[in-house]
Amino acid sequence: MTSVEHAAAYLDEDRPAENTGERASWFQVAPLVVVLALFFGLPMIVVLVVSFFDFDRTDIVPAFILDNYVELFTRDVTLRLYASSIKFAAIVWVVTLLLGFNIAYFLVFHVQSLLMQIGLFLVCTVPFLTSNIIRMISWIPFLGRNGIFNNALESSGVIGKPLEFLLFSDFAVVVAYVHLFTLFMVVPIFNSMARIDKSLLEASRDAGAGRFRTVFEIVLPLSKTGIALGSIFVVTLVMGDSFVVRTMSGGQSASVVSALQNEVAALQYPPAAASAVIMVVIVTLMVAGILRLVDVRKELAG
Amino acid sequence: MKRINRRLLLKGAAAGGAYAAAEAITGFPTVWAQNTKDVTLVHAGGSYAAIKEIGDQASKDLGFKVVMQAITDDVQLNRSLTQPTSIDINNIDSTKLPYLAGKGVLTSIPISKYKLWGDTVPLFTKGSYPNGTMASTQGLAPIEAMFYESADGKKLASKPTEFLTMIPTIYNADTLGIRPDLVGGKDKVTSWKDLLDPKFKGKTALVDYAPVGVMDVAMALEARGDFKYKDKGNMTKEEIDKTVKIMVDLKKNGHFRSFWSTFDQSVNLMASGEVVIQSMWSPAVTAVRSRGIDCYYVPLKEGYRGWFVGLAPMAHLSGLKLDCAYEYMNWFNSGWQGGFIAKQGYYSAVPSTAKKFLTQEEWDYWYDGKPAAVDIKDPYGTLMEKKGSVRDGGAIWDRMGNIACWNTVMDEDRYLTRRWNEFISS
Repeated sequence: MTSVEHAAAYLDEDRPAENTGERASWFQVAPLVVVLALFFGLPMIVVLVVSFFDFDRTDIVPAFILDNYVELFTRDVTLRLYASSIKFAAIVWVVTLLLGFNIAYFLVFHVQSLLMQIGLFLVCTVPFLTSNIIRMISWIPFLGRNGIFNNALESSGVIGKPLEFLLFSDFAVVVAYVHLFTLFMVVPIFNSMARIDKSLLEASRDAGAGRFRTVFEIVLPLSKTGIALGSIFVVTLVMGDSFVVRTMSGGQSASVVSALQNEVAALQYPPAAASAVIMVVIVTLMVAGILRLVDVRKELAG
Repeated sequence: MKRINRRLLLKGAAAGGAYAAAEAITGFPTVWAQNTKDVTLVHAGGSYAAIKEIGDQASKDLGFKVVMQAITDDVQLNRSLTQPTSIDINNIDSTKLPYLAGKGVLTSIPISKYKLWGDTVPLFTKGSYPNGTMASTQGLAPIEAMFYESADGKKLASKPTEFLTMIPTIYNADTLGIRPDLVGGKDKVTSWKDLLDPKFKGKTALVDYAPVGVMDVAMALEARGDFKYKDKGNMTKEEIDKTVKIMVDLKKNGHFRSFWSTFDQSVNLMASGEVVIQSMWSPAVTAVRSRGIDCYYVPLKEGYRGWFVGLAPMAHLSGLKLDCAYEYMNWFNSGWQGGFIAKQGYYSAVPSTAKKFLTQEEWDYWYDGKPAAVDIKDPYGTLMEKKGSVRDGGAIWDRMGNIACWNTVMDEDRYLTRRWNEFISS
């Protein structure tokens, strides 16, 4: 903690003697600026420009029209798609946060030996040794009408007929998201928690706080940066997804991006570009909101 | 191989230009044989058509290289329009023509360059079945898609001309696939309207592709007597609205279990019993059966939904490469390919050549709808059907001769895509 304060003080101070150092740091960020400008800035500008173009069956026609945006904002389907994507993002965020926080807490505070800690942490990453697609698709035979789970429940007499809601439903989509994205929550929270000085917890206990009070008043505030970073990963991944929704809902649900993909497939680039622009704005606002609540720079500086 | 090269040479000499000049300089015809060896043709198409084995065989027979690229429909359309030179032979289905014709990316084929036109089934040359009756023109019928008005390939003509849009290759008749064991028997489903029958609630699926998905429902609605379309293959906005409204209600009631977007998904839905009746492709039905699970491609009384694909040379081809392209397209329908894909359940546009590459028993089973006299195997030698089984729907013209509507792109396709998106997200 002291090192964080020190670093912050160091950054805030504006000393003229540091001018040469400032120039050096500009040089240091230059490669990143160039890469971002070329591979992010430029394509974004193109998308923005195309979103105002007109189009017919196969061509995009340079123009400046607002039709694409007007249509986007006046159709119910836009609202429905965003509502559905945000709903998934919220549910998945809550579940992965609960899981991520608890797993990280267990790894950091309950596992005593460092070797064991590293070992268990690596176990968490094992699923990442196979591809995303395989991990997701494996759920299909498991959750299906005649799948392993339904068969097990039926043969044990818990249910009389198969549960239909398990597969090709919002439930299946959430299961797949949680499975795919929980690790993105675990890692940054683990990182934050590992920096917590253990003596703080001892002090809290000495001062008479119970276990839960220590968690809520010491561990949680000090893991905020990790939670924020994990949330950014999870929220942007869910908002930008189309494949998981499509596969796990059996095409029953759509997301903003899957609708955008349908437009691209039908060669309707300008409305797809308009949709992408709005998507970028909304996701940026969500990320900005998270960053306002938590100063993530602390994590990086510490 | 020698013979082919010589033929190429003669054509090339006639083509003149730079090539004639090149020949004049060296003075030796062998330069041509040398040249064709270095030619590579990129053949791009759907995975069901752009099959590696066919490219390998062509390379062997022709002496130049044919590279097969299996790509999805939207990628194909995108590449055709934005990077046309990345494809040489475009293996398109008929519904791509309204997008590509007149865009300057495809070139027309003078009939004289295609030697097998006379042996091609009349469906493509005249728009009729072999018995002389005209085929349905709902949707984009072969007669409407096969010809350009003139050599410049600007506009489709809906009657025979001297300029082909593509060399027709394979075609088939699509219908619904069912699980006879789960619907109570093969004879329990006889009409398209059964797709919407409440007793299959939660056990039906459609393909997640607007033009086909909506058309399958339209067939069902018409069969059920809800209303009659003027042309199911070219609906008006009102007709689309009426259809989609019913579809949304069905979806909200949980009538559909899934919307599949890949071949494998349709196979798995059926094999796992998630779905008992759905839109399906013929090889998918066979794939389910090869897992030992009963599946039936039902001949429905209202008829089939037909489709066809072909090879279209790209406009950037010229000189030697264009000659090789013609050579390749002629080879394509000369039998080997037709025999290969017959064993996957597709028909060749020139059945008489395909016949030479099939055994009598195979021909009887695939084309004539007779009971299999021996076990029927797929092109890779895997058992497909046991001795004694009969092809669903019977002989070629019992199936292809009963097309209710052809796959198509509607005039209102933009509106259709929009409404389909709303349907999927509802």
